[in-house]
Amino acid sequence: MKIVIIKYNAGNIQSVLFALERIDASAEVTDDPERIQGADKVIFPGVGEASSAMNYLKERKLDALIRNLNQPVLGVCLGMQLLCRHSEENDTECLGIFSEQVKKFQPSPGQSLKVPQTGWNNIYDLKSALFTGIAENSFCYCVHGYYAGLGETTIAKTDYVQPYSSALHRGNFYGVQFHPEKSASVGENILRNFIQL
Amino acid sequence: MLTKRIIPCLDIRDGRTVKGTNFVDLRDAGDPVELGMRYASEGADELVFLDITATHEKRKTLSDLARRIAHHINIPFTVGGGISSIDDVSLLLNNGADKISVNTAAFKKPALISELARAFGSQCVVLAIDVKKGPDNQDYVYLNGGRVATQTQCLDWAKRGVDMGAGEILLTSMDHDGTKAGFALELTRLLAENLRVPVIASGGGGKMSHFSEIFKEGKADAALAASIFHFREISIPDLKRYLNSEGIDIRI
Repeated sequence: MKIVIIKYNAGNIQSVLFALERIDASAEVTDDPERIQGADKVIFPGVGEASSAMNYLKERKLDALIRNLNQPVLGVCLGMQLLCRHSEENDTECLGIFSEQVKKFQPSPGQSLKVPQTGWNNIYDLKSALFTGIAENSFCYCVHGYYAGLGETTIAKTDYVQPYSSALHRGNFYGVQFHPEKSASVGENILRNFIQL
Repeated sequence: MLTKRIIPCLDIRDGRTVKGTNFVDLRDAGDPVELGMRYASEGADELVFLDITATHEKRKTLSDLARRIAHHINIPFTVGGGISSIDDVSLLLNNGADKISVNTAAFKKPALISELARAFGSQCVVLAIDVKKGPDNQDYVYLNGGRVATQTQCLDWAKRGVDMGAGEILLTSMDHDGTKAGFALELTRLLAENLRVPVIASGGGGKMSHFSEIFKEGKADAALAASIFHFREISIPDLKRYLNSEGIDIRI
C-alpha cells in the first residue's frame, strides 16, 4: 500500500502524516507527479485560503494532475472544497470534481453563531464505505468558514447555520469537510476506511 | 450541533508537566504527552500546553514537545508561552501544533497578530488575555504572566486583537484563577456577545456547576481548567455527562 499526501501550500500536512502513523500507515509527502500518479491512495489535505491554494496548484500543474487521478483520492477540509466547482472565497474556480458550490456561512443575527465554525459537530445521514462502522451522529472536529451545500454527491451531513455537506463522494474522489486527523478515534477509523477502499 | 468544548490546560516547565497554583509550590506531574493522552482518551475536546520555562533552550524543548504531542494525541492542541515571532510559530506548527497562543508579545506589538494570521491563518492564532479588576471595577489587561498591569481594558484589547486577525480569545480572569469559586461570568459574556470569534473561559472552575454556568450564563464557547483535572477532583467523563444532563450540547 503506497499512500501519498500531496505537498502544497496547505497547513495540516504534518498532522495528516502523524495521524496516518498513529494507525500504522506510512505515507509519503510529495508534489512529484509520477509519485502521486503511482500511489494506491492519495490524500489532498488543506488548511488555508482557496484562491492562493488554487494558484499554487495551477503554477505546478497539479490541478490537471489531481483531476485525472484514478485511484481513491481523499480531500480534507480545504482539500475537499477545492474538489468542488467554485468557492465564494475570493471567487475561486476550483477543480470541478464535485458539482457543489462552496459558500460562506451567513448566520442570521438571531442564530448568534460564530464564523468560522470551530469545534466538534456531528455527522449524519452517512452513506459510504468511508463510514463503515461509524455511528450516525458521531462527532468530528471542524474549523471552516465556508461550506459545500447539499447535493447528489453528499454522503454525510452536518448542521451549522443550515445543513451542509460534511462529506462528498463521486467516483474515486472523496472529500471530508472536518479534520479526520484531529477527530479522535472516529477520525482514525475514517482514515482506516479510506485506506481500505 | 456544534458543541461546547472542555479544554484541560497543562503547564510545562523544562518539558515536564508541573502542578501548582500561581507559580508557587510547583510539583512535577510527569510527562505531558502521557497526561495529554489520558485526557484525550477521557473525552477532552482540545488541549492547551502552556510553557513556563524561562531558559535559552526553551524553543528547542517546546518544538520537540509539540512534535511528540502531535505524534501521540488525536485531538487538536494549542501551544503557548513566550511566543513572540513568526519563526517561533512556524517552528511549532511545522512540528504539528494546531494552534499557538500569544499574549504579552502581541500586546506589545499588535502587528504580530496580523502577521501570524496572514502567514498561517486566523484559525491557528489564539489571543490569550489575562485580566484583573481595578479599583474602579473595570477589567484591565495584565502582561508577563499577570505581573505587569496595563491601562487597557479587556474588551478594547480583545476587539482590537480580533480585528488584527486573532481566531479565538483565551480569557483568563486573574481574580477568579485558583479560587475554584466559579468563572468570570459577566466578563466572559461581555466578550462572547461582542466578538465574532469563539471565547475560551479560564480561571475559577472548581465544581461541575461552574462549567454549566459559564456555558449558559457566560455564553463561553469553551471552558479551560487545569488543577481540577490534574488532581482528579473532577473527571472529564463525569463533567461531560453532567453538562449533557443540564441540556448543554457536548461531545460524549
